[in-house]
Amino acid sequence: MNARIDVRKTYKLYIGGAFPRSESGYSYVVNDAKGKFMANAALASRKDARDAVQAARKAFPGWSGRTAYNRAQIVYRIAEVMEDRRPQFVDALQKSEGLTAARAEKVLDAAIDRLVWYAGWADKITQVVGGANPVAGPYFNLSTPEPTGVVAIVAPQESSLLGLVSVLAPVIVTGNTVVVTTSHERPLPAVTFAEVLATSDVPGGVVNILTGTPASTAPWLASHMDVNALDLTGVAGDAETAASLEEAAAENLKRVRRAPAAEPDWTLDPGTDRMTQFLETKTVWHPIGL
Amino acid sequence: MTSTAAPSPTTIAGSTSFDDITASNASLRRFLHGLPGVDQVGAEARAASLGTRSIKTTAKAYALDLAIRMVDLTTLEGQDTPGKVRALASKAMRPDPADLSCPQVAAVCVYPDMVGVAKETLGSSGVNVAAVATAFPSGRAALDIKLADTRDAVEAGADEIDMVIDRGAFLAGNYLQVFEEIVAVREACGDAHLKVIFETGELQTYDNVRRVSWLAMMAGGHFIKTSTGKVQPAATLPVTMIMLEAVRDFREATGQMIGVKPAGGIRTAKDAIKYLVTVNEVAGPDWLDPDWFRFGASTLLNDLLMQRTKMTTGRYSGPDYFTLD
Repeated sequence: MNARIDVRKTYKLYIGGAFPRSESGYSYVVNDAKGKFMANAALASRKDARDAVQAARKAFPGWSGRTAYNRAQIVYRIAEVMEDRRPQFVDALQKSEGLTAARAEKVLDAAIDRLVWYAGWADKITQVVGGANPVAGPYFNLSTPEPTGVVAIVAPQESSLLGLVSVLAPVIVTGNTVVVTTSHERPLPAVTFAEVLATSDVPGGVVNILTGTPASTAPWLASHMDVNALDLTGVAGDAETAASLEEAAAENLKRVRRAPAAEPDWTLDPGTDRMTQFLETKTVWHPIGL
Repeated sequence: MTSTAAPSPTTIAGSTSFDDITASNASLRRFLHGLPGVDQVGAEARAASLGTRSIKTTAKAYALDLAIRMVDLTTLEGQDTPGKVRALASKAMRPDPADLSCPQVAAVCVYPDMVGVAKETLGSSGVNVAAVATAFPSGRAALDIKLADTRDAVEAGADEIDMVIDRGAFLAGNYLQVFEEIVAVREACGDAHLKVIFETGELQTYDNVRRVSWLAMMAGGHFIKTSTGKVQPAATLPVTMIMLEAVRDFREATGQMIGVKPAGGIRTAKDAIKYLVTVNEVAGPDWLDPDWFRFGASTLLNDLLMQRTKMTTGRYSGPDYFTLD
């Protein structure tokens, strides 16, 4: 009797709703929390970042044009499909982050709950941050928040799933599209998350996931003229890199969410600032005519 | 390789007179069907392999500028307004207002009634005005209407005329009719250059592309052009390669150089560079010049400009920074 040959998974990028290998052909070794070999992940290159931005730009009109109610449904659906894949996520979290089974379950719960929480915000944020403004004249004056556009995110390096969901969900739920570079050392939960996105009615290109080193893609995303905003949460604690990325982002006046001094505690109540930071306020003056 | 053996010198008789060949439909047919057939699989494989060349750094910068200089910036819509044509003509003269080193395009391509507007805007900038004539895009009209259409465009100041052939007549085997039509339009063009559009997407086979190329070259076209842009598929790399082989062989046989213009469906700088590689490899470097090779395109220019900006600034550019047309 022959022993069965392992069918190993190839971990790939997620761009425009497809799972391509890196254009460069490079991959890198991913070790588990104990330093043992776990898998080879795709090492995204500058050109993968370019393709991802292109995909995100293409997806933007469709995604931002959907009703907020429909975006809520879709983000909620992501949570549903994640729930379905519990064992896979728990396993990935245990290996990647070195958590105990019980702790991994808790982190997964928090990630799923966070998606549900943000899904609920989709059709409420407009009422909270927009509205009718009092003006001293015969006008009706109205403000509504609109999505910023294509947002590039450097995802947290430590918290590979809860952190990723916490930076991603608030940005897409308001109608932005995203290019996100994952945790360098812990990319596998993000790849599994990409598989969830691909099977949960999220249109291709709304979320594009690049595994690899932020150093090889983030500068290109920061300087890209077709990227409208940049979230540097994943550069936490590295003031020098953060400064150079902010500088690159200045050319087309990107919105920048600056890098925190240390990675935040993702279990805390997230608040709404991650949503409002990537919204633009549109104000309309309308003559009353009386 | 799918090279064509040049027709035997006795046929051509060492001069540029094709009177023997074009004496009757039968002799013309005999000549065109005597051209070597195109190996379809071989041609497609060759074109695909030419598309894999890697063009980087200084070569890429040169190719991008050359491609911009070769663009016939085109608008052929029912909704064209004088305002739109003026905007397009301004863009033709200065494609990238943010960069003075960016070259201007070769020509602006419009419908005959817009030639005056384009000419007025372009003035003496050196950018030509090309007009599509002869009942573009179908080519289904009486000959005198086609000729009147051509004369109108030339009188309005067109420097180049893009005519369409009668595909119905060609496919029916009335080669002489097609030939005589091209000759008549060439006469009506006067000093204007004549580009002959084949609409290769309607010609069915590569053999037909080779035949019609020879037909148009013998009839006196200055340029042979793949498509109107109104029919899918428009320009493809294999079709353009076969036309380039034809102009190469024609020069070998007669010493006369004919230009080639693929049009329609070329949207990215990457595609444009593939075409330039093919021009260089198949026809030769002599054709790497806006006088002998053109791109009929509209969206291509923006991608060329974005790539050019990427090369000069080192960061990726976006469509927000170029005009939509």
